Amino acid sequence: MNVIDTTPAAVLVLAIGVLVTTGVYLLLERSLTRVLIGFILLGNGINLLLLVAGGRAGGAPILGTTPLWHMSDPLVQAMILTAIVITLGLTAFVLAMAYRSWQLHGHDEVQDDVEDRRIARLAAKNEPSFEDADAVESGETLDEEAARTRDETDDDISGPGPVTRTGGEAT
Amino acid sequence: MSWTDLTATDLVPLPVVLPLLAAGLALVFARRPRVQRVVSVVALAGVLAVGIALLVLTDDRTLVVDVGNWAAPIGIDLVADRLSALMVTVSSFVLLCVLLYSLAQGVSEEAEEETESIPVSIYHPTYLVLAAGVCNAFLAGDLFNLYVGFEILLAASYVLLTLGGTGERIRAGSIYVVVALLSSIVFLIAIALTYAATGTVNLAQLSERLPDVEPGTRLAIQLLLLLAFGIKAAMFPVSAWLPDSYPTAPAPVTAVFAGLLTKVGVYAILRTQTLLFPTDPRIDQGLMWVALLTMLVGILGAVAQDDIKRLLSFTLVSHIGYMLFGIALATQPGTAAAIFYVVHHITVQTALFLVVGLVELRGGSTSLDRLGGLAKLAPGLAILFFIPAMNLAGIPPLSGFLGKVGLVEDGVRTGGFLAYTLVVGSVVTSLLTLYAIVKAWNKAFWQEAPQEIETDARVPRGMVVPTGALVAFGLALTVFAGPLYSYADRAAAALRDGSYVEAVFPDGHDRGVGESNETIPKAGAPAGPASAVDTGEGTP
Repeated sequence: MNVIDTTPAAVLVLAIGVLVTTGVYLLLERSLTRVLIGFILLGNGINLLLLVAGGRAGGAPILGTTPLWHMSDPLVQAMILTAIVITLGLTAFVLAMAYRSWQLHGHDEVQDDVEDRRIARLAAKNEPSFEDADAVESGETLDEEAARTRDETDDDISGPGPVTRTGGEAT
Repeated sequence: MSWTDLTATDLVPLPVVLPLLAAGLALVFARRPRVQRVVSVVALAGVLAVGIALLVLTDDRTLVVDVGNWAAPIGIDLVADRLSALMVTVSSFVLLCVLLYSLAQGVSEEAEEETESIPVSIYHPTYLVLAAGVCNAFLAGDLFNLYVGFEILLAASYVLLTLGGTGERIRAGSIYVVVALLSSIVFLIAIALTYAATGTVNLAQLSERLPDVEPGTRLAIQLLLLLAFGIKAAMFPVSAWLPDSYPTAPAPVTAVFAGLLTKVGVYAILRTQTLLFPTDPRIDQGLMWVALLTMLVGILGAVAQDDIKRLLSFTLVSHIGYMLFGIALATQPGTAAAIFYVVHHITVQTALFLVVGLVELRGGSTSLDRLGGLAKLAPGLAILFFIPAMNLAGIPPLSGFLGKVGLVEDGVRTGGFLAYTLVVGSVVTSLLTLYAIVKAWNKAFWQEAPQEIETDARVPRGMVVPTGALVAFGLALTVFAGPLYSYADRAAAALRDGSYVEAVFPDGHDRGVGESNETIPKAGAPAGPASAVDTGEGTP
């Protein structure tokens, strides 16, 4: 019995390692744009992983052109193609979302749960949450708070800043 | 193939194909809202009819369709067994009710508030694509097709969640999207590892090959799949995204997400754990801990909330724990109870979110600080809230009670420290659910309003009727609990008796074709097309 050589090429493994590492690192960032780049890198790393899963490279998988045991696996390529298409679509969507966020809030930060923070503040003051109207508390709505708060990114970045643009705001 | 050759199996692809076709049509008629509405309603009603037909047909045998007429291990296949048919039927009913509800809402709100109204031209195609994705996930007989189904429904859900692109929705949406992207990546890694280890992604073939895989590798694959589906199902350590993102969406969107999306994750866990992997006590015990924590952490979160939508989102997380409990028991009665609970919970949770949408319309808010006195103002609304709320908490004799009793019974039968802990945990969770729900009931319906509720908004009948239909369906689940429970029992039995694999490979020929992907025929051996197949399943 001939055995398909499934030992992955060292270069591919190295490439997967680098792509996944950088991808995970960027995914942990706050800015949606960086998260997106991380997602793209990570996605490409996984595509390579799929490629490796199909065994070593070979000739075109067409009967009569390539002997059987020299064919490369077409299925993984089909799966990778599907994954690439999906990644492309989602990338476009996330880009649009990051832009919209920048338009509305002046930043594209993926924020912590603002409402959770409010509930936690109430708990810290040891007040039953349902007897305290949040309007009384500070007079600002969650949307305004979301626009003001930064979780990690610096405030003093020179950019559009916390603009007062409120077009399309649902308040 | 002429039309006269059509058989029962030809129904199987319809729940996926119909909504997708209709989505295309709806996009073509983007400027003719009335046509769009007719198309969507007809398509989803069609899916419901197909679902009911499948429900009856699959009770006799599991239906398998080889897409493109390539037999199973080479081509991809759609498989409808009892569980799939049940999920498709319940989902399509819920989808239809929510669609009708949103039609009425779109009409009533368009004039008043631009941002709150649903931009109908995008809404319909996206909603239909979501329906197709959900059905595809339920019918997929192939791990990669399951992934595609997930991606279809997730992509649609991103759009629906950020409808209108308001600040709040973009903020909540970015968390949701990032988490969902991550879970998709994890799923893809699991697929790559599975393929590397077994040379196939076909579920039936996997169930024959995975037991031979080295245990460590198998455990890694199993845990990765659990994590990927667990994120989607919102099980405890990875559930924090849900209560933040769901409540900001428009009421019908929240309702359909709460009802269906998490249950697709639960379904995927149920399918892969029962079909692919031999029972592993380590996994089952781990899953029990996860179930317990999901229940308790979820419901404690719900108790702290002062907004009905968020409160319900937390109960949603919490009650996923019950289904995980049923799956973790790994017995037939436990699985049956979990299936029954899934059906019950889809209906009840969706109904509650729809009612909250009505409450928001009538009372002008979903905050418990501002609502009050609705029982007097709108008694009908109060009844619509009260019935599913009590059902969720598991008050006898409603269906929630029956599902919980099934789980508790089987937990006691299984015995052992962990099972008893979970029994106690599920009872405590049930009581805390009651506490949280009653708090909402008292604040919103029973007590005097803290400030005058100014709106004299009439709730349109078009929204009340679908809500009422869902509430009535929830009651029907109680009345017809006997037949439904025995159906769930048969569905659970079919999950573990190997009938799935038999249906996909009627000749039992799988093993002969390439024991694993490492071996191919010798150079000199005659290479017939059958022996040429070592890893191929066809293009996904």
